[in-house]
Amino acid sequence: MMSSEATARPRAPSRLHWPAGWRRAAFPLALLALWQGAAAAGFTSPQTMPAPSLILHSFWTLIVTGQLWPNLLISLTRVLAGLAAGVAVGTALGLFAGLTKAGEDTIDPTVQMARTLPHLALIPLMILWFGIGETPKIVIIALGATFPIYLNLFGAIRGADAKLLEAGAVLGLSWRETVWHVVLPAALPGFLVGLRQALGIAWISLVVAEQINATSGIGYLINNARDFLQTDVIFDGLLVYAILGLATDRLVRSLEIHLLAWRPALPHR
Amino acid sequence: MNMLSDATTRPTAPQASPEAAVQVRGLTRAYGENAVLHGVDLTIRPGEFVALLGRSGSGKSTLLRTLAGLDPAPPGTVQVPAARSVVFQEPRLLPWKRVWRNVTLGLRAPDPRARAEAALAEVGLAHRLTAWPLTLSGGEAQRAALARALVREPALLLLDEPFAALDALTRLRMQELVTALWRAHRPAILLVTHDVDEALGLADRVLMLEHGRIALDLPVELPRPRRHDAAAFITLRERLLAALGVIH
Repeated sequence: MMSSEATARPRAPSRLHWPAGWRRAAFPLALLALWQGAAAAGFTSPQTMPAPSLILHSFWTLIVTGQLWPNLLISLTRVLAGLAAGVAVGTALGLFAGLTKAGEDTIDPTVQMARTLPHLALIPLMILWFGIGETPKIVIIALGATFPIYLNLFGAIRGADAKLLEAGAVLGLSWRETVWHVVLPAALPGFLVGLRQALGIAWISLVVAEQINATSGIGYLINNARDFLQTDVIFDGLLVYAILGLATDRLVRSLEIHLLAWRPALPHR
Repeated sequence: MNMLSDATTRPTAPQASPEAAVQVRGLTRAYGENAVLHGVDLTIRPGEFVALLGRSGSGKSTLLRTLAGLDPAPPGTVQVPAARSVVFQEPRLLPWKRVWRNVTLGLRAPDPRARAEAALAEVGLAHRLTAWPLTLSGGEAQRAALARALVREPALLLLDEPFAALDALTRLRMQELVTALWRAHRPAILLVTHDVDEALGLADRVLMLEHGRIALDLPVELPRPRRHDAAAFITLRERLLAALGVIH
């Protein structure tokens, strides 16, 4: 009997039958509790590892004293400005090299060479060239974001399904129509992967750029706290970086879900 | 009624005529050292349904691709109508365009959406106009590909093993659909296939390509719909299978 399968094999009673969200949260929450307990028992000192409750309290203080928002805004602006520039340059280069033979010949070897240089190593040079203002910070972020965009876009354009290109040719599409209707949509998933990587690199670049001569921003907040031995504020800064990174990644992910609606089973949680 | 006639006894050197939908004269194609087609001559009349049989590597795909304009041909050897469409073994729909947009892709005619709707209704997909292609079943996707080919009102329809990837039942329904569409629109059709029964069930004429040459040109003068268990059908099938070297 086909219908009896469910009754014939009853589900094993599960001891951990919580909603999935709780199950995922359980481990980090347990770690936090352990941390709090260790701090309360005096195993850790507030100077090295302040208790989570202390960190939250100083976080709240940063908010109500108005120290957090202007610095957060400045950090966010730096990342977005650098990211915008990097995405623009990476996209332009990727399109040129991906869509034309001349572009590939002139641009690709150079970019492939340049990308092997860790862009953060250029910071001293940037300071010499642009001083210690906003410009070197944004340039470093832009530089970091350019390469993942370029590499993913170039690869995705070249990886467009030859069978679909052939179908387009049979349907009488011009080169422009082929690019617009076939190549670019085919390259979009790869581009979005590049965007997420670029975002990650942009945040890393920001962290490093803000360690140097910053007079504002989350990095400045952290450096300042280090000078005054406010370990809890250092943790606050790290928390802000984490939240911002997570939030912007979520943004790109929802962009993905929206733009790639044609994929029947987009793997998302 | 003489249903069998040999390529050797039939006059196979057709004169250039405006009556022909396809005219191929002495087409030779080689990839490096390997000659794929050796001086192929082929004429397809307007509205004629021709099936092209052959083993893998016999050159049949190359011939179809040449007629489709995907592979270059020496000037003067191939004459095909400008209005021609191809249906491949895979549907090759753009997954990021809804079904009706796939049908109108590259279509240069007024009111493309209405044309797409009509074509999709004709293949029985009126209810999937705005579906994403990746949500279609294999048979539905192939019917959408047929609609995309038909909406261009082709004088020549090239079918490259269009049913090979479908399950047996879907394949039968698709064969009926192609027959119905051919009757309604009367394009010349070249169907490339592995399947002897499919060729005999559908075509007016079955060609067999072997080592880059047309080895057999067999008219199939059986009334439609064709029964696969009719004596004449079986005779033709055995002949083709023998020619393919499957039976002796």
